[in-house]
Amino acid sequence: MKITVTDLDGNDHEIEGKAGWTLMECIRDAGIPIKAECGGACACATCHVYVDEAWLDATGERSEEEEDMIDLALEVEDSSRLACQIELSDASEGLKVKLARDAVL
Amino acid sequence: MSKNAYDTDVVIIGAGPVGLFAVFELGLLGLKCHLIDILDRAGGQCAELYPEKPIYDIPAVPMCTGQELTDRLMEQIEAFNPSFHFQEMAEKLVKLPDGRWQLTTDQGTEITCTVVVIAAGGGSFVPKKPHLEGLEDFEGTSVHYAVRKIEAFRGKRVVIAGGGDSALDWALNLHPVAERVTLVHHRDGFRAAPASVEHMRSLVEKGEMDFEIAQLTGVEGSNGQLSGVAVKSKTEGESTISADALLPFYGLTMKLGPIADFGLNLHENLIPVDTEKFETSVPSIFAIGDINTYPGKLKLILSGFHEGALMSQAAFTYCRPGERLRFQYTTSSSDLQKKLGVR
Repeated sequence: MKITVTDLDGNDHEIEGKAGWTLMECIRDAGIPIKAECGGACACATCHVYVDEAWLDATGERSEEEEDMIDLALEVEDSSRLACQIELSDASEGLKVKLARDAVL
Repeated sequence: MSKNAYDTDVVIIGAGPVGLFAVFELGLLGLKCHLIDILDRAGGQCAELYPEKPIYDIPAVPMCTGQELTDRLMEQIEAFNPSFHFQEMAEKLVKLPDGRWQLTTDQGTEITCTVVVIAAGGGSFVPKKPHLEGLEDFEGTSVHYAVRKIEAFRGKRVVIAGGGDSALDWALNLHPVAERVTLVHHRDGFRAAPASVEHMRSLVEKGEMDFEIAQLTGVEGSNGQLSGVAVKSKTEGESTISADALLPFYGLTMKLGPIADFGLNLHENLIPVDTEKFETSVPSIFAIGDINTYPGKLKLILSGFHEGALMSQAAFTYCRPGERLRFQYTTSSSDLQKKLGVR
């Protein structure tokens, strides 16, 4: 499946998503710089992304654990998610997200 | 030798699981270690990121948490009595005329050693800084990422940002001395301990503290002296909070730091090593664990343990030149069992 990731400069990258894997893993495997310091354990908030408005429903709600961890993220928006907590499925085809600054810098 | 000067065989930069197990392997060979870590306790990422999270891939330990792994490693190396220098950052490394090393920390600790082992994982844990224009002009004077002396905030208008325990604890601790404490957090919910949150809310209700659901957008002031913190609220829009000090508490992130200036070859912030000794481009400086790279590298704790065992063999030849290294098993060697304190 195709997923679009917008980097900090506003450039779109079309990457390959894999059902059953997390968005963070797919971004990292595609070679797009993302800190994801804890490696996907919902323990650091450095895989912070903004989910495109059209995809908010499809990506679901933040869990309580994720909500707590987002307290450590910077520049939080309603669309803020931790990419390690978004599990891709066949319905994720076309998903669009934008990297937050604290996921890269 | 002054109070904070030491002489030892090996300095290990980083007291995470790999640095701790290196103490064990070096200790079996009779080598003494000092460890330096920016955190206030051992465990590295296991202590900072995963204390409560399960780890499933430690051989013969089906499941343990990051804290349990750290505790067991500390128990395992106890007999070797390593020296820990916590809340210090390895800052400068100088080669001495006799070929040994002098390592200096940001707190002024000086350690002379024969071998340096870099086991620094993803680098030093440093405070996450909000992306605000001109913020660095106020750092150290009006913007602080830690509180060293509560008295320094007496009579000041303090803005504290964040929703974790550090933010809440300091809001409550500075409240008695500060002229005014304003807590700024992006939501009306907190990851901090519920008791602290309740205490904060009661102070806000009594009008003794301010709480704004907003995000930081800017800092105002001149000559390093803050005069206000600009915030943006979803409901109230933009405003400025008059302030003398700002304390952002958004947790920690990892940065390579001064190790980048040690004169080692680097590749994308990783240190290339060979796979026989895990030695860097500079003889007698080794790198093990997540911070190193080599063909086929896997960032696994167990790989770091293996790297530490092989590194120790090479470290011995530097620390005890001319001495013969005998390969022994802990199960059968009386020499090793004496070192472990079990015989």
